[in-house]
Amino acid sequence: MTFLGMPATAPRGVGNLRGEEPFPAAAHKALANAQLRRNLSHATTTIRGKSGAVISELPDWQELRDAGSALKAATMARLPELLEQLEAKVTAAGGVVHWAADANEANRIVTGLVRATGHERVTKVKSMATQEIGLNEALQAAGIKAVETDLAELIVQLGHDKPSHILVPAIHRNRSEIRDIFLREMPGVDPALTDEPTELAAAARRYLRETFLSTKVAVSGANFAVAETGTLAVLESEGNGRMCLTLPDTLITVMGIEKLVPTWRDLEVFLQLLPRASTGERMNPYTSMWTGVTPGDGPQNFHLVLLDNGRTAVLADEAGRQALHCIRCSACLNVCPVYERTGGHAYGSVYPGPIGAVLSPQLTGVADNASLPYASSLCGACLDACPVKIDIPSLLVHLRNEVPHPRSERVAMAAAAYTMDHPALYTRAQHAAKLSKHAKRLPPPLNGWTASRDLPEPPAETFRDWWAKR
Amino acid sequence: MSSRDLILGRVRAALRDAAASEVPRAYRSAGTDEADIVLLVDRLVDYKAVVHREQDVAGVVTSLEPGRLVVPPGIDRSWIPADATIVEDEHDADAVLTAATVAIAETGTIVLDGSPDQGRRRLSLLPDLHICVVRQDQVVASVPDAIARLDPRRPLTWISGPSATSDIELNRVEGVHGPRNLHVVLLPPAPARAF
Amino acid sequence: MRIALFVTCLADTLFPAAAKATVELLERLGHEVVFPPGQTCCGQMHVNTGYQSQALPLVRRHVRNFAPYDVIVAPSGSCVGSVRHQHAMVARNAGDERLAVRAEEVGRRTYELSELLVDVLGIEDVGASYPHRVTYHPTCHSLRMLRVGDKPLRLLRNVRGIDLVDLPAGEQCCGFGGTFALKNADTSTAMLADKMGHILETKAEICTAGDSSCLMHIGGGLSRLDAGIQTVHLAEILASTEAATDMPGRASEGSA
Repeated sequence: MTFLGMPATAPRGVGNLRGEEPFPAAAHKALANAQLRRNLSHATTTIRGKSGAVISELPDWQELRDAGSALKAATMARLPELLEQLEAKVTAAGGVVHWAADANEANRIVTGLVRATGHERVTKVKSMATQEIGLNEALQAAGIKAVETDLAELIVQLGHDKPSHILVPAIHRNRSEIRDIFLREMPGVDPALTDEPTELAAAARRYLRETFLSTKVAVSGANFAVAETGTLAVLESEGNGRMCLTLPDTLITVMGIEKLVPTWRDLEVFLQLLPRASTGERMNPYTSMWTGVTPGDGPQNFHLVLLDNGRTAVLADEAGRQALHCIRCSACLNVCPVYERTGGHAYGSVYPGPIGAVLSPQLTGVADNASLPYASSLCGACLDACPVKIDIPSLLVHLRNEVPHPRSERVAMAAAAYTMDHPALYTRAQHAAKLSKHAKRLPPPLNGWTASRDLPEPPAETFRDWWAKR
Repeated sequence: MSSRDLILGRVRAALRDAAASEVPRAYRSAGTDEADIVLLVDRLVDYKAVVHREQDVAGVVTSLEPGRLVVPPGIDRSWIPADATIVEDEHDADAVLTAATVAIAETGTIVLDGSPDQGRRRLSLLPDLHICVVRQDQVVASVPDAIARLDPRRPLTWISGPSATSDIELNRVEGVHGPRNLHVVLLPPAPARAF
Repeated sequence: MRIALFVTCLADTLFPAAAKATVELLERLGHEVVFPPGQTCCGQMHVNTGYQSQALPLVRRHVRNFAPYDVIVAPSGSCVGSVRHQHAMVARNAGDERLAVRAEEVGRRTYELSELLVDVLGIEDVGASYPHRVTYHPTCHSLRMLRVGDKPLRLLRNVRGIDLVDLPAGEQCCGFGGTFALKNADTSTAMLADKMGHILETKAEICTAGDSSCLMHIGGGLSRLDAGIQTVHLAEILASTEAATDMPGRASEGSA
């Protein structure tokens, strides 16, 4: 019997899906940073307002969500045939399709393709998949320089920092911090640079212009791939995506296998859902779509790398697989009261926020990200915001049931359940609760409560005592 | 075993219990609404494009002082001002003049598809000023209407306003790598030709 | 109407005033309230902490105790949410389809207090009187799991003498989240701090809600601040009448 064909989680030792410490410890540090909390609060409040306004313009937003949700479920159910169809269409249009079982293989494929061109520098369009697999680190190890061209990614790269948001990786930085990073790290920057956002954007334009024009290889991700036609789509704002997708000779696109949509027509749903849910725009400034190679226009060598890296393990969980419906809009981050206070770094993975709390543990196996399913108060705001209606609260509860639990907690929970299932014991425990009357501080692990909150005064009698005396 | 077979095998193993379901399409599909020119103008202006409702394209181009102008090979020659400085290479151009394929009123989006009057993609990317001519019969109401008209085998560029970013404190700021100025000339429908 | 009270373990043990008020209110409106004595806890804490197999006997107990009743009420959006949205799932995950079906039936007949009053009994004015400045916190599970909408506010607006003030950013979670408050105490506290800031902005004397759990969290924080603002369950406000001389937040009887 072979286990080769069994769905597998993402391997350890490569990529950026695992944090260095559990969420509560990382959150503790983040919460102490008042500047971070102000920046996050300002940014998430802004985006919630913008997104809410443009969503309210559409009379059929709920119908679009229903369609988007069902389309993703239908795609997953037919994934093998759709992947084969995509491969055939891309190949017929002059592209080359590669299959990467995990991060190591994807990094090997991309590094090999870049080496074969003879070039030592690539431009990159912001891509979650390549961050997930740690492609930049792998390229660097092979002597290839990867230049991030998205403004926020550039801020992160120049700041020797880590991304903290799916859509706006530098959301934790405000304008004056960005100016300081540019003044410190950007070669040739005007020393009189102010923190005016238009000036900061213009500085990035000047800095990257020559790089765009002289770099012959680009690496991108993809927002969507149409199985029916072999068409790929990248949605962006700045034009750095257009630069990378059209100027080089060689384009390498790394895409998770779940990014498919069955037909061209299906894009009419997602191109309405994604911009309004993500940046809060009716449409993002630029969307590029290409099918294989177009003679005389754009890169004449096109490679598509289809990435598993744990996705098939997610797919194997009937309840968990809806996490793969995610279109990376970040709406769940922007409405999450936990994310708004801790920021993205606390989650450890490149996928932060509510979707990260359900996706990362499934990609790695729950034992490697055991604290993430608990990084939520289950308030449900993420479900309401999700444009494809992923039931994140239910998924969190589902995953909490899968993670390994601490022994002391197991014992306490078992004792509580036993007591609750025996009314006589339960009544006795209720009366014992009165003994805690004067306890203002509880011992661990309950001291988490009394550190910042008082305990309620125990009542003179329980409800059932009162009821019995009536 | 190749990685292709490995991944497809894993997917099949993972999906043993999955059943395909119907996709409800109760949203407004193509053909539901009439194209609304006033709405298109409003949306374009809202995202900082400048709209000219003029017949005289060459006059608009002249008024914008385009400097060195690049044009796609199939451009309507009557749109080019007589005294324009035309350059061959988009690297050297200050401005580009193109036609369009479709415009979407509800989102303020213009789509180019690489036809001869729109040119290859880099042409409309490098110059800092993009003057785009849209005929009113190319305007559709919604995204589904645009999808129905477009040919996915062509390289498509959807443009909604000038280059912008939301990366600084999540506010939209115009002007990063793409053209920082987008001017749209809205023409009446092309006259019907007698054959 | 004969209505079975699902008291919830928290109200039974720590906040009996909310449960008593529920009984008094429904009896005042002319209904018969019964209390199935075998009930204990719905098991939500176990489910939400990842112990579904231990929650199973509690689900079974709950279904057995409440199956005989046509209308069931609880003074808690969160516990009704668990009964309605989690019990059948727990049963199904354990392979007990028969229990799942019965749990769904019980869930359909179980109402949060404002739902019972507005949807089932068709009342928005319960004849209450409560001359105090009050702000209402719409708890997450009432708002987003049960979708009670503005039903609690409709009930409150009809209370005589009440000065009802909007809570800014009210729809934001208070940070309780069950064991979240213990496992992620720092984040929970940061959320609570913002919630308390908004409550203080309203200058209300009373913060009310449909869940004793969230009120315990908010009330515990306000008490630590010595802010002089009491937390009182929605049922207690609706049960108050001009005849009664109850002080708000009858702390000696265990208000949150």
